[in-house]
Amino acid sequence: MTTITFPVSGATFRQRATQEPAWVRRSLIGLALVFLTLFLFIPLISVFYEAFKKGAAVYFAAITDPDAVSAIKLTLTVAAIAVPLNLVFGIAAAWAIAKFEFRGKNLLITLIDLPFSVSPVVSGLIYVLVFGLQGWLGPWLAEHDFKIIFAVPGIVLATVFVTVPFIARELIPLMQAQGTEEEEAAVVLGASGWQTFYQITLPNIKWGLLYGAILCNARAMGEFGAVSVVSGHIRGSTNTLPLHVEILYNEYNFAAAFAVASLLALLALVTLALKTLIEFRNKQYQKQRGEE
Amino acid sequence: MSTFKQYSILPGFNLALGFTLLYLSLIVLIPLSAAFIRTAELTWPEFWTIITTPRVLASYRLTFGASFAAALVNAAFGLLVAWVLVRYDFPGKKIVDALVDLPFALPTAVAGISLTALYAGNGWIGQFLEPLGIKVAFTPLGIFVALTFIGLPFVVRTVQPVLEDIEAELEEAAATLGANRWQTFTRVIFPVLFPALITGFALAFARAVGEYGSVIFIAGNMPMISEITPLLIITKLEQYDYAGATALSVVMLVISFILLLIINLLQWWNRRRSSDSLGSP
Repeated sequence: MTTITFPVSGATFRQRATQEPAWVRRSLIGLALVFLTLFLFIPLISVFYEAFKKGAAVYFAAITDPDAVSAIKLTLTVAAIAVPLNLVFGIAAAWAIAKFEFRGKNLLITLIDLPFSVSPVVSGLIYVLVFGLQGWLGPWLAEHDFKIIFAVPGIVLATVFVTVPFIARELIPLMQAQGTEEEEAAVVLGASGWQTFYQITLPNIKWGLLYGAILCNARAMGEFGAVSVVSGHIRGSTNTLPLHVEILYNEYNFAAAFAVASLLALLALVTLALKTLIEFRNKQYQKQRGEE
Repeated sequence: MSTFKQYSILPGFNLALGFTLLYLSLIVLIPLSAAFIRTAELTWPEFWTIITTPRVLASYRLTFGASFAAALVNAAFGLLVAWVLVRYDFPGKKIVDALVDLPFALPTAVAGISLTALYAGNGWIGQFLEPLGIKVAFTPLGIFVALTFIGLPFVVRTVQPVLEDIEAELEEAAATLGANRWQTFTRVIFPVLFPALITGFALAFARAVGEYGSVIFIAGNMPMISEITPLLIITKLEQYDYAGATALSVVMLVISFILLLIINLLQWWNRRRSSDSLGSP
């Protein structure tokens, strides 16, 4: 009998010594949930509530309005350009940084992170300074009848700027942790550089790559400040979804503003769901690799 | 190690680094340098006058004050949320954990209009605060609320992994030596978490200082009272005051570079501290 009860009572004792009393635990959980409810859950729910407040008909009219549809198309186009560009950049940067030892590496990593610490407004402004009419290339561009600022190319550039670090930042630590042995073995066995990348590196980083791309996409579709500076807010032509939300809101067309905003909120929820799924899959994948 | 690069049999270094540097130069470095070069066209007194007018000074005070307050609240509640998520079990924990990243994923304009609707006098939360004489929307308090939302994930996500890595032995040792839970927390756990907490605070603060989208809807944007510096840059730009907008953006850039430097030092401290005190295998 004692041999059975002894470890049990030992276990409960240890649990007590390194755990808080139940009332402390419950009040801490309660306090954390109250804070998250006030600052996270209610704002999220409120978007959908306000969107449907005036009924489904108003909602669907708002999101099928020609200006809204053109904003959706522009947002998708911008993301479809910005994400692949930063994907290629992220892979190139991570390959150079993680697989080789060279001087100035830490400086390069800091430079890649730079756009994260720049205010979105400043990110837009610097492109106005380069391509705007008062800017370096402005007069030349005007002469050749090529518009960048207050046009789609400017929106794409500003979006690329604010999303530069996402994929690189995900891949660098991942590829550093994986080391270079597998790639070196492939090269020694006669694989070419591209073969090594496609058959060895890419399968190892696919989850990290997808993870970075999803976060990059969410920011690309949702960017407001930087895009607002360079867009010129021309309805039906240079309005992305977040800018369209702003215009509707400033016109006191709240139901429509929240209807369009709910599309972006849905995008955020899908992003979070995919992110959680990838984290889960990645954990399993790492476990599998560990077992092999 | 006098050479630039160590020898490696792997191919593609020149192509990868060359492309990385070209891309960074074209997209990030050359445009950023434009702000500094254009500002250099001003004389020093001109520059100084632009960045120290009373309206601009008021915007700095508001931007940094509200960002600091929001980061402070996030440090306290972020630590609490991280603690609860790592240490305790409750129904729906996984969903809560995933939703903590919502402010990263939700476009700032959406956060802005949603918070404004909630905290306006007739909003879900505002209607309870209004009778108490607390006005949130269209006041500096609203800016604080928006910046708290924006910075929420930073502290949670920097503290969480460190808390997960703390070994149970550490706390058991404290308990066997007679420490109660509060003593164990303040003398054993908190010192280990501290670098991560400060890093999260700095990240939230840096993000809040530059924030624009979520703030402008709820702020009311009154000059001298509720006008943040990024909005002032936009205002100057809309008045075709390019010199003024550029000078202010240089101030913002210098501040964000200093913050980036501090954050890098903190992260380095954080890594060193956690590998020292936890004895990584």
